[in-house]
Amino acid sequence: MTAFFHHFMYDFRTGLRDKTLLLMNYLFPLGFYVLMGLLMTGLNPTFAPTMIPAMILVAMMACTLLGLPNPVVESREAGIFRSFKINGIPALSIITIPVLTSLVHIILVSIIITFTAGPFFKAGIPVNWGYFVLILLLTAFTMASLGMLIGVVSPNSRSIVLFSQAIFLPSMILGGLMIPSNMLPASLYRISLLLPTSYAMNAWRGLAFGLAPTFDPRWALLILLASGVIAFVLAIYLFNWDSKNQRSGHSPFLALLTLLPFVLGAILLGV
Amino acid sequence: MQEDVVLVKDFRKAYGETVAVDGISFQVQQGEIFGLLGPNGAGKTTTMESLEGLRQPSSGSLGILGVDPTRQPQRLHSMIGVQLQSSGLPGSMTPHEAMEFFCAYHQVAPRHDLLERLGLGDKKLAQFSTLSTGLQRRLALALAIAHDPPVVLLDEPTAGLDVGSRVELHEVMSELRAKGTTIILATHDMAEAEKMADRVAILLKGKIAATGSPTQLTATGSGLVKISVSSEAGSLLQNAGVFPAVSQQIIKDEYAIYYSREEGETVPAIFDFLKARDDHLVDLRVERPSLEDRFLEITQPDLSNGDKS
Repeated sequence: MTAFFHHFMYDFRTGLRDKTLLLMNYLFPLGFYVLMGLLMTGLNPTFAPTMIPAMILVAMMACTLLGLPNPVVESREAGIFRSFKINGIPALSIITIPVLTSLVHIILVSIIITFTAGPFFKAGIPVNWGYFVLILLLTAFTMASLGMLIGVVSPNSRSIVLFSQAIFLPSMILGGLMIPSNMLPASLYRISLLLPTSYAMNAWRGLAFGLAPTFDPRWALLILLASGVIAFVLAIYLFNWDSKNQRSGHSPFLALLTLLPFVLGAILLGV
Repeated sequence: MQEDVVLVKDFRKAYGETVAVDGISFQVQQGEIFGLLGPNGAGKTTTMESLEGLRQPSSGSLGILGVDPTRQPQRLHSMIGVQLQSSGLPGSMTPHEAMEFFCAYHQVAPRHDLLERLGLGDKKLAQFSTLSTGLQRRLALALAIAHDPPVVLLDEPTAGLDVGSRVELHEVMSELRAKGTTIILATHDMAEAEKMADRVAILLKGKIAATGSPTQLTATGSGLVKISVSSEAGSLLQNAGVFPAVSQQIIKDEYAIYYSREEGETVPAIFDFLKARDDHLVDLRVERPSLEDRFLEITQPDLSNGDKS
C-alpha cells in the first residue's frame, strides 16, 4: 500500500511538474474554458446551459487523450518499464495509477469550471449534483482508460497523435459540446454516437441539468461504463513492458473492441 | 566449498533465425565478481537481460539462488539489483523520490544514506533528466543496491564516467564483494574487468570463447611482451630493424612497438641499434600482455595479427 501511495503521489506530481502535462491537464482546458466563456456564450445561446459539462469534457479529453498516452510510450521506449519490471512494480499499478491521477486532475479542473462558470458566464448549474458527480467520474474513468489504451497500443508518438485526434477532433465538433446532438443532421447524429462525449453530454443533460435528453440517459451511462471497463481491461491485457522484448503477443487491433459499445449505441439509438 | 549463486546451463536464445546466444554455460559463486566481456552483438546483453527475467531462453536453464528468472519473477525481484545501461528512470523523478519509490516496492526502508555515499546528497531534489551521466549512473547503482540484494547485475556501470567517479564506483563494488554480494559485470572496459573481476567469460558470436581469471586468461595467450620504444632521432621509425625474439612489430605515432617472446634478448639489441646510429632513447616501456591484448587476440584475431607486420 505504501508503494502504491508513493507511486500515486509521484505520478500526480508529474502531472503538475511536467510542462506538457501541466499544459494538457490545466492550462489548455482552463484557457479554452475562459475563451469559450467570453466568446460562445454571446454567440450561441444554446451553449450556456451546457457550458459546464462541455468544458469539463474538453478538460477530460485534453488530460486523457492528449496528455496521458505519451508518457506511456516514452516510458516503454526509454526502458523505464523494464526497470519497473525488474524492481517488481506490477503492470496493474502502471496502468491504474495514471488513470487515477488523471481522475484527480480532472476533478480539480472540474471544480474550478463548475464553480466559476455560473457567476462569470451565466452557465447552467446542475440540478442534480449526485448524477452530475457520478457522470463526471464515470466519463473521466472511461476517457482515462481510453487514453491509457491508446498509450499501450501506440508504437510511437506519431501514432498517439493519430489515434487521439481521431476521437478528440470529431468529439469537439460532433460530440454535443458546441452544438446539441439533436440539432445535427440524421447522418451526422448517428456518427456522433460513435463518440464518448455524445453519451456523456446526453447523460448530463437528462440526469444532471434537467434538459431534454436525445435518448434515454441510462443507456448512455451503461455504454460509457461498458466502454471504460473494456478499455481498462484491454490496457492491462495488451500492456508491453518493452518495445523490443516480450511483446504481449496479442494483436493491438483488439483495442478496437472498446468501441463496440459505441457502435452498438449508434445502431440501436441512432434512429 | 562456496555456493553457486548464479547458474547458467546450455543457455540458448534465438530471435527467429538469428542466434544471439548459442548454448553457453557458466556459474558464479557467492561473493564473486564475474565479468561478461565481448564485442557488440556477442550476446552479453541478451544473457544479462535473461538473468534479469526480461527475456525467455529458447532452451537451457538459468538460475539465481535456485530461482528461474522467467518462471518465478516475483521471487527474483528481491534477489537481484540491476543497474541498466539505459536510464530506466522517468526524467522528472528526483533521486530522493526514486529512492522512496523503489524501496517502497521492495518493502525496505529508503536508503538515503546511499545517495550521500555516492555523492548525490546535493542533487537529491534535482530531476533525473538534469543530472550528469556520472550522477545518473551513481543513482542507478544506489537504487540497484538499496534493497541489499545478494546478486547485483551491472551493465556498463562506468561507461562515460570521469576517473574519480569510476574509482568511487569500483570502491563500492569492492565493498559489496567484501560483504558477500555476487556481482555480474558486463563491460567493454578491459582495464575495469582486469581490475575488478575475479573471473571473466569472453563471449564471441554467442559462445564463450574463453573463461577464467584475468591472470589465467592473459597467461594462456600468446605470451608476447609488448616493448614500446621512442627515440630522439626516430631511427627505429625510419629503419625498423630486425631484433631477436620479436615476432611482430608496429609503428604507432612516435613509438616503435615490438611483440617479443623474450624481452631479455630484444631490449639489449634495441640499445645496440640506437647506439650504432648515435640516436638517444626517449622512452622505453616493457609491458606484460593485458586482458585487453588477450581479448583482442580472441575476438579480433585478424586485426590483432594483421595490423602487425
